[in-house]
This record gives sequence, structure tokens and C-alpha cells, in this order.
Amino acid sequence: MIEVDDITKTYGNGDNAFQALKGVSFTIEDGEFVAIMGPSGSGKSTMMHILGCLDTPTSGTYKLDGKDVSKLNDEELAVIRKSKIGFVFQAFNLLPRTTVLRNVTLPLVYAGTAPEERDKRAKSALLASGLAETHFLHKSNELSGGQIQRVAIARALVNDPTLILADEPTGNLDTKTGEIVLGTFQKLNEEHNRTIVLITHEPDVAEHAQRIITLRDGKIVSDSKHHTRRKAHTS
Amino acid sequence: MTIEDTLQETFTALSANKVRSGLTVLGIVIGIGSVIAMVSIGQGAASGIQSSIQSLGSNLIQVTPGAARTAGGFGVSSGRGSASTLTQADADAVASGVQNISAITTEVTSRQQVTAKGTNTNTSVIGTDSFYPTVRNIFIDQGTFISETNDQNLAKVAVLGPTAAGDLFGTDDSQPSGLPDGIVGQTIRIKGMEFKVIGITAAKGGSGFSNQDDTIYIPATSAQRFLTGNNSVSSIDIQASSADAMQQVQSDTTSLLLARHKITDETKADFSVLNQNDLLSAVSNVSATLTILLASIAGISLVVGGIGIMNMMLTTVTERTREIGLRKAIGATRGDISRQFLIEALVLTLIGGAIGVALGSGVALGINALGLIATSISLESVALALIVSAAIGILFGWYPARRAASLNPIEALRYE
Repeated sequence: MIEVDDITKTYGNGDNAFQALKGVSFTIEDGEFVAIMGPSGSGKSTMMHILGCLDTPTSGTYKLDGKDVSKLNDEELAVIRKSKIGFVFQAFNLLPRTTVLRNVTLPLVYAGTAPEERDKRAKSALLASGLAETHFLHKSNELSGGQIQRVAIARALVNDPTLILADEPTGNLDTKTGEIVLGTFQKLNEEHNRTIVLITHEPDVAEHAQRIITLRDGKIVSDSKHHTRRKAHTS
Repeated sequence: MTIEDTLQETFTALSANKVRSGLTVLGIVIGIGSVIAMVSIGQGAASGIQSSIQSLGSNLIQVTPGAARTAGGFGVSSGRGSASTLTQADADAVASGVQNISAITTEVTSRQQVTAKGTNTNTSVIGTDSFYPTVRNIFIDQGTFISETNDQNLAKVAVLGPTAAGDLFGTDDSQPSGLPDGIVGQTIRIKGMEFKVIGITAAKGGSGFSNQDDTIYIPATSAQRFLTGNNSVSSIDIQASSADAMQQVQSDTTSLLLARHKITDETKADFSVLNQNDLLSAVSNVSATLTILLASIAGISLVVGGIGIMNMMLTTVTERTREIGLRKAIGATRGDISRQFLIEALVLTLIGGAIGVALGSGVALGINALGLIATSISLESVALALIVSAAIGILFGWYPARRAASLNPIEALRYE
């Protein structure tokens, strides 16, 4: 469960100060699939950084599973990230020259999970994100864009996080592959009850979520649930 | 993160750019290799000089006359050893008055032109007695050394060093001694007087400062009577009964001779007492300084190698900024990141150190095999080299690792 209460974020100070978020509040229940949408400069990237515990708000509180994480230092944030958050980025941030399996186990390596347990969990995460077992030992640079993004999703899943945070996950993919990736998110949400927050500037992509929060100039301009969400072609 | 995980990451990272890693390692290889080679050469030279000094005689204390001075407080000095202040009587007094002496002998040294059957040589002629071989570690190869009777009778007999014998009688490589047969029994002329050869000493080899093989020994009394014309001696050689007794023998000898020469101020002594151990420690100091000099020159190349490591690590950190951002995003702490880069640097330097030890030892063994210097590779210098290379890894890897660890994940992920 995510509780965001009156968050502001200011960059710089004095005359150069820029307020990226001007008091944002919302709550996301476990198992929700939410899209945070807005044009560039709306503050959605800043929102993602704060939700992903990569940064802390200037004021306001952010509670993740009831724990206030808005005042933590770098090291404490790293601990939260490794246990509660899974990231999927726009640019395919896999380690090059490293096998698919090793990429997926990396969060577990940092979390200190035992090696046998790591492989077991990585394999089930990869299967859940729809990657065929024949690819598990391929190097990450031998995969296609869609496959890479599935590996990234598996890596986000593997530490059983409270929240999967996807930052423009289809931004570098063609429409068809993008649909497949979005379908993977929907499947994870529906079948595995994962909480997913999708950051995007494209309405088409946002429509795959159950709920869309729209930001503009650092404020929420709309927060709507729609039950007739767009279905992706799950393959 | 287990050690195995860290090493796997390190291997992947280093093998991603084999040429660069290899060149960086080469810097450390050359640094460590030259330290090992230089130290073993230095130590080999030092032990060579020390064994030469020890071959002069064991537990040796040498009393030599002081400087001869013209009259007056600021008289002209002719240099140490030039005065004729020591006599056989002094030697006898020391022999009977100082404890813990196992043998004592005197030397009456002069340089003479020596001839034999149409050949001639200029060599040092030492007048001495039957105790000389004991005190100075001389062995007889053929014939006998000067006996007590020879000394009492002012006998005109001579014992030749092998080099002097070769100069006078020629060499013969078919003999084990390298000298022709039948030298013992022949006569040589020193200062126009005939001396009968009664023995040849065994070769000791050139021993640093003076060649003990290029010497002719005759009885001390004969040397005083026929060559120098006075009863002074050029040195009194004392062998202490043990190394522990040397200090006592030296100070007792000094005070006894001061009393005999009626000198109250020790700084005005007309003789000097030289302790072989003092000479050894002086030489050890010199060779230690030499070794430090060689090692520090080599150490400079090691530092340059270390800078190479730092340069490579800084480049790597910049190249892998996005990777660092990603690792941080998925939960790597500062410690995880800094450990990863530090271990990469450490592995590079340790590999370099190990190859460097092998290379340096190879060079040292090669010099040994060529017979230039008897080098010795000590376990300490190998251990030290490996510790130093690890320390260099930590020292020069620390800054890049810290830089990697302190990267902001958001900025690192955006880095192009």
C-alpha cells in the first residue's frame, strides 16, 4: 500500500528554485495497476523517483507499506529498494555480456539470498514474465528488444516487491512489441495480483491501466478509474 | 553479496576489456618484477661482500699503528698505519695480558720487487709467524707454512700465494692447483736476497679489497731484519675465542696498549684497533643503503603502475555509470558498489604482483646463472611484493571506487 500525502519537490534554491511537484496526494492499494501520465515537465519523472525511493520529497510524507520512507538517507533507501521495489526502465538496463539468468538474480544477490534459492526464484520470475526457458542462458546482448524488456520485468519481479515501477517501458519498442510488454504487466496484475505503477506520456499506453493519475505542472489534474481498460494482445 | 558473486562480477568486468586490463596489469608486473630483481641483486651483492670479509679470518681484531706526525701539535700526518709504534713486544704483551684470545699473530708488510729465473713481479711481502694461517683462515696447498723455528732462526724461506706463484713460475692448467709441479724447493729473490720456497697457500679468490692470493709470506723476524730494517710491525692480528668476546678483547687490548705506550687520552692513541664486526656492520650498512636505493628506483615504477590502475578504474567508472545507476536502483548499497570496484583494482594488482614476482625471480635467477652476481630471492621480499601490490590496489582503487559509490542513481541512470 502506497500513501502519498501533500508531497512537494523543489530543485535548486533562491531565484533558481524550481518546484517540480506542488503538493501531490494519492493512495494506491495493493493489487492496483496505475498509470501516472502527463506531458514532459509535468513532474511525473520526479514522482517516479520518489515512489521508487531513488529520491526523497522536499516536504510531505510517503508511506510504503505503512512505513514513512520520505526522510530516509541514501543507505536506508537502498535497503527499501532492494526489498520493496522492482524497476523497469525505458532504456534496456540489463548488464551486457551477462546471462539472462544472472541479470534476473542480481537483486537477490544484493539482498543476500542463497544461490539455489536465487536460481529457483529467477526461473519462476522469467516464466511469469513470459520468456521461454531456452533463452535463460543467453547473453543479454543476444536478445530482441521485447525479450530484453521481459527480462527486465522478471528482474523487477524476482524480489517479490510491494511495487513494480515501470518508467516508459514501451518507449523504445515498436507498437506491437509494446503491446506484448503491456500485456505482460496486465497478466502480472491480474494473475499474480502485483501492484504496478506505470509512468508514461502516451495516453494509449496509460489506457492499459485500471486507473490513470494525470499530472500537469506538478499537480494532479485528474485521477480516474475506468473498468473498461484497454486489453493488450497477450501472446 | 558473497565473495564468489563478487569474484564472478570482477571476472566479467575485467574480461570485458582484456587488452586494457592486460596493459594495466603490465604496469604492475614491471614494477613488482623490478623490485624483486633489484632487491635480490642488492642482497646477493651484500652477502658476497660479507662472505669476503669473513674469509679474512673469523673473530678477527686488527691493531694497526697510528699516523706518523711531524713534531708539534699540528704536525703533518703521513696517514694511519705509517707510524712505527707497534712492536713484537706489544703483541707478546697483548697475548699474555688479555683474556679470551685464541691466537695472535703479527704482520710486517712491505711491497717488494720479487724475481725468479728471469721473471719478476711486484707484490706484497708479509712477514709473519706460524699462527697466521689460523688467524687469517689461510690453508696450505703444497709444502708447509712458516714454522716457529723458521721465525726464531731468521730463516730465508718463503710461502707463496697462488697468484704470486703463477706470476713467478707460470701456470699449468692441467694441475688441480693451476700451477706447474716442483715450485716448492725452488728459490726466489726478494730485494736481492735468496729465499727458498717451502709452501704454496690454497687459493682464496679475490676478496674485495685486497687479493690474499697475490702475496708472499716470510718469517716476521726475517722481514724486519732484511726488508724493513726495524723492529716495528705493521699490524697485530688477534683472533678472539668467540664472537661474544670480541668487544672485551678489543677494549682490553686498547687499554693495555694505551698503558704500554703511556698515553692517557684515548683520542691521541698512536694505534687503532679495528674490529672485524665493525667492518662487517659498516659494509652491511652500505649494502643495505644500496639495496634501498635500487628498491626505491624500482618502487617508482611500481607507483607509476599504480597510477595506471587508478587511471583505468576511473575510466571504467565513467564508462559504467549507467550500470552503477542500475545496480543502485535494484538495491546495491554504497558498500556493494565500492567493494566491487575496489576488488577489481585489487585483483588486477594481485595478478600483476604474482606475474611480477615470477618475472623478477626469473631475472634474478638468470643473473645468477650467468654468474654475474650470486643473487638471492628471499621469501620476505616476495611476501612484501605481494602485500605492496595489494596495498597499491587498495590505495589506487579506493578513489575510483568511492567515486562510483557516491554516484547519484538518478543522474547515473540518465547518463549518456
